[in-house]
Amino acid sequence: MGIEQKLGNMGVVTIKLEEAINWSRANAMWPMLFGLACCAIEMMSAQASNYDLSRFGMELMRASPRQSDLMIVAGRVSRKMVPVLRRLYDQMPDPKWVIAMGDCASCGGVFNNYAIVQGVDEVVPVDVYVAGCPPRPEALIHGIMTLHEKVQRERPIAAK
Amino acid sequence: MYPSKKFPKPVLSAAEGSVSPEQTPVSPLYPAPPPVSPSEGSLAADSIGELSHLVSERALKGETVLLNMGPQHPSTHGVLRLLLELDGETVLNCIPDIGFLHTGIEKNMEAKTYLKAEVMTDRMDYMNNIGNNLVYCLAVEKLAELDVPPRAQAVRVILAELQRIASHLVWLGTHALDLAAMSVFLYCFREREMILDIFEMCSGQRMMTTYIRPGGLWRDTPVEFEEAVRQFLKILPARIDQYEAMLTKNPIFMDRTKKIGIISAEEAVKWGLTGPALRGSGMPFDLRKAAPYSGYEQYAFDVPVHSGGDVYARYQVRMEEMRQSVRIAQQALDHLPFGPVRSQNRKYVPPPRSELSTSMEAVIHHFKLWTEGFTLPEGAVYVPVESPRGELGCYLESDGGPKPYRVHFRTPSFVHLQALPLLSKGHLVADLVAIIGSIDIVLGDSDR
Amino acid sequence: MSESPISEEANQEPLSTDRPPLNEVPFVDELCQELVKRFGLEVRSFRSETILILPAEQLNRVALTLRDEFKFNFLSSLTASDYWPKLQPRFHIVYQLLSHEHNQRLCLRVPVNASDTADSPSVPTLETVWPVANWHEREVFDMFGIRFEHHSDLRRILMPVDWEGYPLRKDYPLGYEEPQFTFNYEDIKIRKHRGSYEEA
Repeated sequence: MGIEQKLGNMGVVTIKLEEAINWSRANAMWPMLFGLACCAIEMMSAQASNYDLSRFGMELMRASPRQSDLMIVAGRVSRKMVPVLRRLYDQMPDPKWVIAMGDCASCGGVFNNYAIVQGVDEVVPVDVYVAGCPPRPEALIHGIMTLHEKVQRERPIAAK
Repeated sequence: MYPSKKFPKPVLSAAEGSVSPEQTPVSPLYPAPPPVSPSEGSLAADSIGELSHLVSERALKGETVLLNMGPQHPSTHGVLRLLLELDGETVLNCIPDIGFLHTGIEKNMEAKTYLKAEVMTDRMDYMNNIGNNLVYCLAVEKLAELDVPPRAQAVRVILAELQRIASHLVWLGTHALDLAAMSVFLYCFREREMILDIFEMCSGQRMMTTYIRPGGLWRDTPVEFEEAVRQFLKILPARIDQYEAMLTKNPIFMDRTKKIGIISAEEAVKWGLTGPALRGSGMPFDLRKAAPYSGYEQYAFDVPVHSGGDVYARYQVRMEEMRQSVRIAQQALDHLPFGPVRSQNRKYVPPPRSELSTSMEAVIHHFKLWTEGFTLPEGAVYVPVESPRGELGCYLESDGGPKPYRVHFRTPSFVHLQALPLLSKGHLVADLVAIIGSIDIVLGDSDR
Repeated sequence: MSESPISEEANQEPLSTDRPPLNEVPFVDELCQELVKRFGLEVRSFRSETILILPAEQLNRVALTLRDEFKFNFLSSLTASDYWPKLQPRFHIVYQLLSHEHNQRLCLRVPVNASDTADSPSVPTLETVWPVANWHEREVFDMFGIRFEHHSDLRRILMPVDWEGYPLRKDYPLGYEEPQFTFNYEDIKIRKHRGSYEEA
């Protein structure tokens, strides 16, 4: 329903508080720069002008975890990197979401060996998995939109 | 609070807030977790005790600051960890710590057949996918003494040069981004999208194409390929002029890059620098001229050499290299021969499916190649090519079986990172960012 | 040859990338004869590459001779290969040398045993000859466990600092995650390397 219909005659929009919170969280999600490997290049391509991510409110990619709320794990996570990844995730303030971008972050991808964690969900809880090696920027945008839909369905105020 | 209640909460260890699953208490049914313990693993090298032989006396006394430029940092072009010893803002020493992207590619390739292992080479230096495929296939072809038809060689050259342009565009974009010229980043990725469209047209994939296979190419280029490449080569020189108009005479850019990170030619050779980093110090050596492969001797091109030895000289070398790549690709495209794109040696190259209905030998070759894979004769070869970063070499050893016995990639980023402490001594931290950008490292290339 | 119109510096003389042809045969023959005469090495030729096989004791002297006299000023690559259990000694360290002047490549192979115990033979470091060997030798130590004598900084480079085992050895498992089907689900679950998440 468009906002004009909601305005009605009184010039006033009524909305549930939950919807407002979810709407603002989804439309201004700031991703943290966590590009590790090849998927990072596709993430950069998604950020660049051809497949623009700033139309989804993700203009800024914050390097600091304290100022971001979305961690896009783009690339393969090696065993040496695991404590770093976990520490950065813990440093992010709530609410936070994680997108596992690419096959290596979702399940280990091509690399099934001693050095690569078989799926980043061994380390952090993941909300959306984006498949592809590397996923096209459009696939990443689809993943981000799926995450937005997931955020819209949340119940931040409901009793726990 | 976690956004979703479905995810189980990890068990926090009492010692610290950060945890990894490997350290959680293990039930008697589970075997011992792998030896790396996250509270001490890679973060343990923070302690001065580990690295006391590398830092100076003043650091141990506490006069200078040890700063960790950690694996996640916007300017380190990947997961590189630098331990900086700082006196105020001046870098006295910088100790690189790599391995955060180590993928075990070399060991993993030993467990796969030659063709399946090639898929992993794409993902090593992920800015130079075609180049990685090329070096591996050249090594396989050298060991097998396999012929490559001239059309395949010409298309390989075109794609390799397009890949070089794409890699230099990303280098330029991220280097300028680090030096706070953000618009260059957006312009470079605009051109890069055109190159990725061409790759997608040929192979179906934007980046990890695996288009170059032993014996030639995977399949012939489509009809639109020639026109698309011509169109791209027509517009690119003007775009490179645009980038140069923005950066080359820009006083801020020149201030930030001239006299920064100087290395002389002898030092560069001693420390193993190759490629644009070496040619930026005045040493004229290019593998495409010195040891031509894949038909490079047919094309006339210049190799840019500048003798400044600083970040600016390396920048100029790479900009000029982009123009020369256009020249090479133009010549290769103009003289593109007709013919097959893959060797006819059925011991290594599967037959086309149309032959399977007529020839029994074709069926047998098809079966053997797609189940067991081809076997290479025993021996070891080393093949170096000129990647956008420097000398990329593949050492391939076979024991007569269908799987590589040992594959080692001599990657330029690994070697260039070793020279980073030398390049950055005495500079400011902001200059360090420019230096890292100028040596053009890709951490997938460095850690494999 | 630098003809860039953007160059500000005066070019002294045009720098040439012309080189003598790669691996020129008369030079190679003369080089090999000289080395065999002085050090008694084994020389092989394979696919137009020249390979010298030498024991670890002579490595330092051969390397210095090659660098100073024959102008092999560039160490391209330093790696190792594990031939367990077929060959003794178990490892071959492979050096790839390049001479910029002569445009000549050379390969050295040094057979060496595992140096897990303190007194077993190890290889002298070539860090003093070609400084680029520093990290390459660290990588060989990390992946194979071969110690290099007198190396200034021998510690792990690619694996975490406290990793046990040397991954690229042939008796080190690949460490892959086995696909679990219904019939072997429990068996593999027992063997799995993961820590456990407690169900919240």
